[in-house]
Amino acid sequence: MSPHSVAAAPLSGHALTHLQRLEAESIHIMREVVANADNPVMLYSVGKDSACMLHLAKKAFYPAPPPFPLLHVDTTWKFKEMYKLREKAAADAGMQLIVHQNPEALAQGINPFDHGSMHTDMWKTEGLKQALTHYKFDVAFGGARRDEEKSRAKERIFSFRSANHRWDPKQQRPELWKLYNTRKAKSESIRAFPLSNWTELDIWQYIHLENIEIVPLYFAAPRPVVEWNGMLIMVDDERFPLAKGQVPEMRSVRFRTLGCYPLSGAVESHATTLPEVIQEMLLTTTSERQGRAIDHDQAASMEKKKQEGYF
Amino acid sequence: MSANTPKDTSFVTDTLIAEDIDAYLTKHQHKTMLRFITCGSVDDGKSTLIGRLLYDSKMIFEDQLASLENDSRAHGTQGQGIDFALLVDGLAAEREQGITIDVAYRFFATDKRKFIVADTPGHEQYTRNMVTGASTADLAVILIDARQGVLTQTRRHSYLVNLLGIKNIVLAVNKMDLVGYSQARFDEIVAEYTQFAEKIGMKSFLPIPISGLAGDNIVTRSEHTAWYNGPTLLSHLEDAPINVAQMQDAPFRMAVQWVNRPNLDFRGFAGLIGSGSIAPGDAIRVLPSGKTTTVKSIFTYGGNLDRAVAGQSVTLTFADEVDCSRGDVITTADAPCEVADQFEATLVWMGEAEMLPGRPYLLKMGTQTMTATVTEPKYEVNVNTLEHLSSQTLGLNAIGVVNISTDRAVPFEAYTQNPDLGGFILIDRMTNATVAAGMIHFALRRSQNIHWQAVDVDRTNHAAIKNQKARVVWFTGLSGSGKSTIANIVEKKLHAMGKHTFLLDGDNVRHGLNRDLGFTDAERVENIRRVGEVAKLMTDAGLIVLTAFISPFRAERRMVREMMAQGEFMEVYVDTPLAVAEERDVKGLYKKARAGNLKNFTGIDSPYEPPENAEIIVNTVALTAEDAAEQVIAAILAS
Repeated sequence: MSPHSVAAAPLSGHALTHLQRLEAESIHIMREVVANADNPVMLYSVGKDSACMLHLAKKAFYPAPPPFPLLHVDTTWKFKEMYKLREKAAADAGMQLIVHQNPEALAQGINPFDHGSMHTDMWKTEGLKQALTHYKFDVAFGGARRDEEKSRAKERIFSFRSANHRWDPKQQRPELWKLYNTRKAKSESIRAFPLSNWTELDIWQYIHLENIEIVPLYFAAPRPVVEWNGMLIMVDDERFPLAKGQVPEMRSVRFRTLGCYPLSGAVESHATTLPEVIQEMLLTTTSERQGRAIDHDQAASMEKKKQEGYF
Repeated sequence: MSANTPKDTSFVTDTLIAEDIDAYLTKHQHKTMLRFITCGSVDDGKSTLIGRLLYDSKMIFEDQLASLENDSRAHGTQGQGIDFALLVDGLAAEREQGITIDVAYRFFATDKRKFIVADTPGHEQYTRNMVTGASTADLAVILIDARQGVLTQTRRHSYLVNLLGIKNIVLAVNKMDLVGYSQARFDEIVAEYTQFAEKIGMKSFLPIPISGLAGDNIVTRSEHTAWYNGPTLLSHLEDAPINVAQMQDAPFRMAVQWVNRPNLDFRGFAGLIGSGSIAPGDAIRVLPSGKTTTVKSIFTYGGNLDRAVAGQSVTLTFADEVDCSRGDVITTADAPCEVADQFEATLVWMGEAEMLPGRPYLLKMGTQTMTATVTEPKYEVNVNTLEHLSSQTLGLNAIGVVNISTDRAVPFEAYTQNPDLGGFILIDRMTNATVAAGMIHFALRRSQNIHWQAVDVDRTNHAAIKNQKARVVWFTGLSGSGKSTIANIVEKKLHAMGKHTFLLDGDNVRHGLNRDLGFTDAERVENIRRVGEVAKLMTDAGLIVLTAFISPFRAERRMVREMMAQGEFMEVYVDTPLAVAEERDVKGLYKKARAGNLKNFTGIDSPYEPPENAEIIVNTVALTAEDAAEQVIAAILAS
């Protein structure tokens, strides 16, 4: 099947497809933000959801480039291939790329091996808050979806954060029709989630149809991996603390979600094309977030992190 | 519990995925999308039903299932069985209490459709959440516990979904397993509901006997209800019409979100098409200006389109240079919508603070945000009994009919015709909270027909002959702060300089123009609105108007400021601490208020909001009244 544009797809009869409607909704949300915000930014994590969101932004403002920068809250521990695509994607879109690394985390050498959950707290949660405060961004687009996790099902499309970036589930505004109330106090900021109503399958189908470039790590290839903390971890650079005599094993693996390489569990796979990846996803029996080390502790841990300001 | 529901072909077909993924993908690119809400009382089994739909459509993965089994043992209400409700109850605190508090959105899909479910709570106080969930829904599933029958909350929910214009309503009579799948019981409930539905003007509904827990008539027809001939819940959801598709047959409307102007050669108007369809060459009209042109192209990233329809986000370019900006509505040239600035509308109040008639709120409709004021309700609706009650205001979760006037003429349509151009929200200007959802019935008059009477001698002439600039000098402060005293001295001095002035004093105005008003918050708002209008007429006459009113609320002072021409409004904050004013107590009012003999007294049991950006602040503790007056005069003459 040859990829073609969703928006340009011939309209059969009356009905728009679910992807056409999701696309239209996301574009509408992005344009509302740009029309109302003083200084918006798009959080860009280089993952598939970010790729999808960036593609939608290009569509929303075409022929102009998206009128905001991309912000990557970097941990220095991402996969090398992610750093490569990050630069290319920003350049292709004609957008400024801002990379922020928490200077304290950098100075203290915070890493996922020695510092456990502090790694996420300092690099991601604190780093994000620092960057938003430093650049005075008043609206940040995020790629979160409501289907990812139970507490996100109740998240608004426009989510208001206090001056210290906390989320208060009791103070969220009702969202009626397509009318988003984007007004806020000077100290407040907004997280806008244009992919709220997309599911994982929608994202994959859209990437397939629109031929969106994603990090090759999503496709299976022989990669050096070790078993660590019950997950298959790819040894992406020499910082990985291999035990004496331990040698990474070459296995055909791919990733369902991408984050810091020591925290992203690989799955054994031979899916080298998008349809094969989607096929595996549909036939698989574990949910997407299981590949992430972050929310294994307790069912409601995502919600706690969110209140503290993690995306 | 194992998945004991027989699988229906509607749901994801593993074989096709495994054998021909390309064919599967092609098939799934042509799915449509339906949004629906589920509503019912606390124990009607909503969460269980949604959990069941997710479970049966395989939206639950094994790890989630494992965590569900653990949770079911810890918090569940189904003994050793799986508690489907735990799949959808979200936030931690809510899970502990076993209730859903907010609107949550869930997703599942069949081969035909993707579904977005708004899960809305059944608690009486959460009308707000239900209205929110219903506003985007194509269809509503109203759950009834077969043992309980039609309850007050069933009526309330039905009234609300009908109010929000949902035409496709399913009456899901749940827990049929607990009444022995009795047809008599089902018929009894349907008969009772039919009576109620007629009363609220609901055109039709589809009753289905189900059991969310046991899976009867959800995906597959139940062998226990042989007497039932209608569709299963899922097959009905798959066939129900979708609003946005139906809107394609209406005339073209698109609210402009953003003007795309990357360079001098390109000017595109971006928006989401609300109704109808459009093609290059079509004649269009831009409202409210009424200017016409034709569409040159439908511009998108994937290439220009030959035609675009309701539900698509596009960018239009025009054949001619026609003024058009955010908030404008592009319509088909020969069937434009109406433009007006006064409406009758239904309001659902969602704010914690009650509605204040006369207070300016922000109104957002389409892509336009403007200032609007609301009258006292014509009536409030008791949603339990449908009675019309008289009311001065609307509190949280109250529904009423009001008149609304906006500060400019806006394109609109009746909500029942086009929710995109007839549904609006009200926003509190101080807290920025969304305080109401509104639905326009009709315009009170056609604004196009109202013109200002042009006069030959205008406000500039009036002021020029007096050799002065017209002004409103607005004194605000606590009772006893010294407003009237200082204003009096200012007027005497200005008069001595040959200036034409007029002093509007709070007490005096309440003897005449505003003698029908008391001191509730709503009446204070109306008091200030009238004074503002009078002051405005006087500035048109070229006068320097001095006003001395407590005017405790920022919102009203801002409203008056915005009524005046730029720079004509000067706010003077007579800054006297409460203790000092109370000590002076010139009129003996503080004593009365402290004794409880005077209600709603500012500073005692009614708030005073000090100005944030007053042009002049006079400190009456440090200055004499005479010196304060000099300070004000200097500022008037310098401006």
